[in-house]
Amino acid sequence: MDPVTLSRLQFAVTTIYHFFLVPLTLGLSILVAIFESRYVATGNETYKRLAKFWGKIFLINFAAGVVTGIVQEFHFGLNWSGYARFMGDIFGAPLAIEALLAFYLESTFIGLWIFGWDKLSKNVHLAAAWLVAIGSNISALWILIANSFMQNPVGYAIENGRAVMTNFFALITNPNLPYQFSHVLAAGITTAGFIVLGFSAWHLLRKNGGDVVFFQKAFRWAAVYALIGIVMVGLVGDAHGKFLARTQPMKICAAEAIWEDEQPADLVLVAGIDQKGEDNTFEIRIPKALSFLLYSNFTGGIKGLQYWQAEDVAKYGPGNYIPSVTLSFWSFRIMVGAGLLMALLAFLALVKPRIKFLDKSQLFLELLLPGMALPYLASTAGWVLTESTRQPWIVYGLQKVQDAVSPNVTTGDVLFSLILFFVLLGALVTVTGWLMYKSGISEPEAEKVIE
Amino acid sequence: MDLNTVWFIIVTILFIGFFFLEGFDYGVGMLLPFLGKDDDERRAIINSIGPVWDGNEVWMITAGGALFASFPNVYATLFSGFYLALVLMLVALILRGVAFEFRGKRESKNWRLLWDWAIFTGSLLPALLWGVAVANLMRGFAIKQDMNYYGGLLPLLNPYALLGGLVFVSLFTMHGANFLTRKVSDAIAERAKRVAFTSWIVATGLTVAFMAWTFFATDILTKPGINGLIPALLAAGSLLVTGWLIRTRKSGWAFITGSLTVVFATIMVFTGLYPRILVSSLDPAWSLTIVNAASSLYTLKVMTIVAAIFVPIVLAYQIWSYWIFRKRVEAKPENLTY
Repeated sequence: MDPVTLSRLQFAVTTIYHFFLVPLTLGLSILVAIFESRYVATGNETYKRLAKFWGKIFLINFAAGVVTGIVQEFHFGLNWSGYARFMGDIFGAPLAIEALLAFYLESTFIGLWIFGWDKLSKNVHLAAAWLVAIGSNISALWILIANSFMQNPVGYAIENGRAVMTNFFALITNPNLPYQFSHVLAAGITTAGFIVLGFSAWHLLRKNGGDVVFFQKAFRWAAVYALIGIVMVGLVGDAHGKFLARTQPMKICAAEAIWEDEQPADLVLVAGIDQKGEDNTFEIRIPKALSFLLYSNFTGGIKGLQYWQAEDVAKYGPGNYIPSVTLSFWSFRIMVGAGLLMALLAFLALVKPRIKFLDKSQLFLELLLPGMALPYLASTAGWVLTESTRQPWIVYGLQKVQDAVSPNVTTGDVLFSLILFFVLLGALVTVTGWLMYKSGISEPEAEKVIE
Repeated sequence: MDLNTVWFIIVTILFIGFFFLEGFDYGVGMLLPFLGKDDDERRAIINSIGPVWDGNEVWMITAGGALFASFPNVYATLFSGFYLALVLMLVALILRGVAFEFRGKRESKNWRLLWDWAIFTGSLLPALLWGVAVANLMRGFAIKQDMNYYGGLLPLLNPYALLGGLVFVSLFTMHGANFLTRKVSDAIAERAKRVAFTSWIVATGLTVAFMAWTFFATDILTKPGINGLIPALLAAGSLLVTGWLIRTRKSGWAFITGSLTVVFATIMVFTGLYPRILVSSLDPAWSLTIVNAASSLYTLKVMTIVAAIFVPIVLAYQIWSYWIFRKRVEAKPENLTY
């Protein structure tokens, strides 16, 4: 294999590992801060215990998220120096700002949060919790500002063979950004909701009691939280799809396996994909459904992949501009499928106390245990979808992936680092999961009579 | 002053912050298995940097980010050129980062021992590799006309660079020992004091050798105009005073002068390089400078505004967090946060 393929593989592997950890950090940091806010507002010790119990899981996950993130920051120089030279004038800025605004904030205040329980006043400690949550989410915002540029370049000019920033304001108000950021934020909230639901369900299933009140409370909060998250994910995702139909139609066509122009457009529910023949071998269609999803009517048409391929050839010269349809089509379906399942589970969890047979059902609680895997499946698939449909571009329309790679990094180099990262980060994610599991099934701290 | 120079200075400041703060973090990490005799002592040593190490490490990440934003060609050349060394360093930093969090999560002795050594290796390797990298920056390496370095890892591991690596390791060990002397109590602090002096002797010997070599093999101290001579003398002076202060048991002052050594040494490197950032050993014209490696004026302006607003804020809350955790950590189980 050549360095380009290996570098792509390495970036994919490390990003997926990183993004395995990030959503929970985003969502759980906020939930822990909410619990602590309730504690400070009401003086109810249970909320403090809730903040501490879920805070422990948060910290394990956070540590692994931070270290996998460092790899990402150096990657643009390590393997993608062509990209760094061409794009650095634009891309470096949000990255540096991310470090300055977000990394310092979260890392300093996480130290204060962990070690400050008896050194800080209640309010200051609470502020630390919120600053960690804000820091984590600001970090997501800035990296998505950078990523949004790669999807939808704005506010730039090409000078002396490189892209230069001409409008910082355009960069941070990229029309793609609100969709991408709120989608990721909502995914984080959903993930945290499902993790808390899952571990709470585990405790509530125990025969010998345990702290039922504690985990019922956690369960109720998490049900609301997860439902808010998943509904927001769906709404934003839908709006994002409509936006992409206008700005990156190739992306939508690949995700929906639309090869030829359609009007009105059917939704291809499942299909066998023949990338070489530029066609589907079989399809199950829902008539006019895609028109409805994209334009909220039953008549709207969409140009297919073949049309956009011809258009891109005219625009950018000969080449293959169609991303892997198999990958994007199926990752899209996995994401949406997992999302719909989560919406159902979160809704049932919310109404559980009001519906008798559900409230008594062991099976429902048992379902929430594997349910913890759903947000991970959805986020991973979502990330694969958004990045694979950007191919062959590293920056849409400006630079191709093959021109972005470091010319001085050899196949041997990348093979070595790829295997190293794959094994090490794989082990790391496994240990993180195991420690989170141990922590999630442990007893919460006992209630203290006097503080 | 032009913005390119302003950003050269900002990058210098970020590296000063990085080497000063992570310097003692790495030092503490390298000393952990040797100074902590039992689990409580080791936990006390870890907790001396526990609340702050993560924020300290961000100085390195920000230095990297700032290089990317202001001098993208430097970022591209340096990180792709030092590929394998950097990958190793990342591995070390990954292990070290999770070790702090994972170590206390299990009671098992072997589990904790594993992470103690992860912290040790994860501190030693970055210290060594940054020393190697900085020495190579000082002497220059084979950057070609297209701004890329194609030589691979082995030429970077030359004797001069390896000596630079050892200088970093010994200086950071001393720096960490000085820090511990102030931050932990009783028996561990006593041991840290002894290590501080031993490592001072080693660091001084290695530094003298390295600086002599630097004088003959590089133009860092001798190039006309701005060079590193004055900061080098200041660094040497503070290093000598540090030894005397350690000997006379003025540990707080020893930490301060030891820190000044790190600060002046970093300034020496950057003033010695200026206006170059990466020196080509093949042809001076192929060096990356603050002009040919820089971002556009517009980007530098934007970043200057951002830095002017946020760097003071960051400094304020980081200093405040050090103030909150100013007390010594005692190796008593009831006082230790895991």
